[in-house]
Amino acid sequence: MPDATGLELLAAELGDAALETVYFRDRATVVIDPAKIRAVLAALRAKGYTFLASVHGVDYYPEGPRLGVMYELLDMHKVDRITVKLRVPTDAPSVESVTNATTEDPGWPTANHQEREVYDMFGVVFEGHPDLRRILMPEDYEGHPQRRDFPIGGEPVIFTRDEAGLLESRIEEGTGA
Amino acid sequence: MSSTEERTLSDYRRREQSITLSPLETQDDRSGEHDELLTLNFGPHHPATHGVLRLLVTLQAEIVRDIKPIIGYVHTGIEKTAEDKAYWKVIPIVERMDYLSYYFNAMAYCGAVETLAEVEVPKRAQYLRVIHLELNRIASHLIWLGTSALDLGAVSIFLYCLRERELILDLFEMSSGARMHTRYFQVGGVIEDIPAGFESKLRKFLEIMPARADEYGAILNSNEIVLQRLRGTCPLDADTLLGLGVSGPLLRAAGNPWDLRKADPYCSYDEFEFKIPIGTVGDNYDRFAVRLAEIYESVHIIEQALDGLPEGPHITEDRKIALPPRHELATSMEALIHHFKLVTEGMRVPPGEVYFPIESPRGELGCYVRSDGSSKPARVHMRDPSFVNLQALAPMVRGSYIADMIATTAMLDPILGGIDR
Repeated sequence: MPDATGLELLAAELGDAALETVYFRDRATVVIDPAKIRAVLAALRAKGYTFLASVHGVDYYPEGPRLGVMYELLDMHKVDRITVKLRVPTDAPSVESVTNATTEDPGWPTANHQEREVYDMFGVVFEGHPDLRRILMPEDYEGHPQRRDFPIGGEPVIFTRDEAGLLESRIEEGTGA
Repeated sequence: MSSTEERTLSDYRRREQSITLSPLETQDDRSGEHDELLTLNFGPHHPATHGVLRLLVTLQAEIVRDIKPIIGYVHTGIEKTAEDKAYWKVIPIVERMDYLSYYFNAMAYCGAVETLAEVEVPKRAQYLRVIHLELNRIASHLIWLGTSALDLGAVSIFLYCLRERELILDLFEMSSGARMHTRYFQVGGVIEDIPAGFESKLRKFLEIMPARADEYGAILNSNEIVLQRLRGTCPLDADTLLGLGVSGPLLRAAGNPWDLRKADPYCSYDEFEFKIPIGTVGDNYDRFAVRLAEIYESVHIIEQALDGLPEGPHITEDRKIALPPRHELATSMEALIHHFKLVTEGMRVPPGEVYFPIESPRGELGCYVRSDGSSKPARVHMRDPSFVNLQALAPMVRGSYIADMIATTAMLDPILGGIDR
């Protein structure tokens, strides 16, 4: 991990893209402007953080902006980790995808499935993702189950004996398809 | 046709049609009799997919042009369930994610919570953890070896591997009472010290295991069919693997010696001597050889941990984190209060968020835990290596024979419980 001073220096280099730094339990996190994610990751790649270990989402309900996306970067040579975090509101949860290569940046192919999972579970839309579909939940599922206001057990369990009845009621409600 | 039938059918068709197959590229545009592309559904219920993995395979004659993995068949919402449980009740459910490396899931989760709560884990507990982690690594590699050999047509190896795995499960049963999903690791240490007789039984196993691994190597390395199906098939270079986020034995097979136990030691791994087996070209044979060699290194680590097992408590003495010993309950009012609070409400963890990565048998297993200061985690996420490594399957098998795809899926070692969570 960069130490607390190193983190400040790194954030200073990122300029106004860095909104806040958090140094907690010897772990460095930089909170950034969601619009600048590609530029920040590219800048950190140039610093040596070439391995994107993980992309995952989090819901900060009831604080706003509610949704967070974390990018865990790793520098294998210096054995150093840094977390890049951004926050987006639920009414416009849109972040630029980092999966595809562009002319100035080779992209992060590993983000493909992980961005799909964040989209599936939290509803964060990754603009420019090559194939943004649900990945773990069924294709026709409604809602984003990892959000904190999504109830546990809100899902009716379909058994063969009551399948017809359930489908019937869904059609009446107009939610079947 | 009644309206209900129509509805179910159209739902099904709609789901099927939402899977796009359009951007499939053929590198080979020769026009000939075999240039027609065939899309084949493979799985989810197929013995060679190592679980309920479904692959949409695009074939040109016998050559795989592209594959699309479709997952989610065993998604059970473990991460969601974890948000509704007290910290210590999350351990048994995260263990069920990657069902072959349950100690690793528990380790990643406990490590994250211990970092959040700043709990010091006693030395003896760390060594006991290392012993069980490495035993689990051997057990996981044995299942991988057996099932992979099964895919390559070598049936007897599977039976031999299960024989040795049985010895490990017996040891797990001895130390924790359960053979799988043992719930042995606790926040702050391990639930119980190892019982009398465990050490001698473990030493007997450590004597047997290298000889048995020698046998497996001898059988498979002199089997011409296995060698032909592994050597030179579906290689992928280290740079591409790094871009795809691949870690663990797959990355090491391509020649990158990245191992978190060495690079960023946790749980006292820096106190043990061991080597990191690496491959050269990153083909299926290297993937096989690296994992087989790791079995010996794990045995070596367990020997050292057993020899140097320090005396002392097996779990932290912090009463806000770990239950007091049973005998104290009869004499100490405070112990009774602590016990009551822990069992009814659970421990409280200071607010914050932590990502804790460890080296599982399949690569970097990271656990992200966010605490909001209450007695239940606000978010638990597992960065499962199988989930990330699966993305490398398509680049590996593009342009190879469909039979090589089976071998590559086996060498990838995907665990669908970990992928779908």
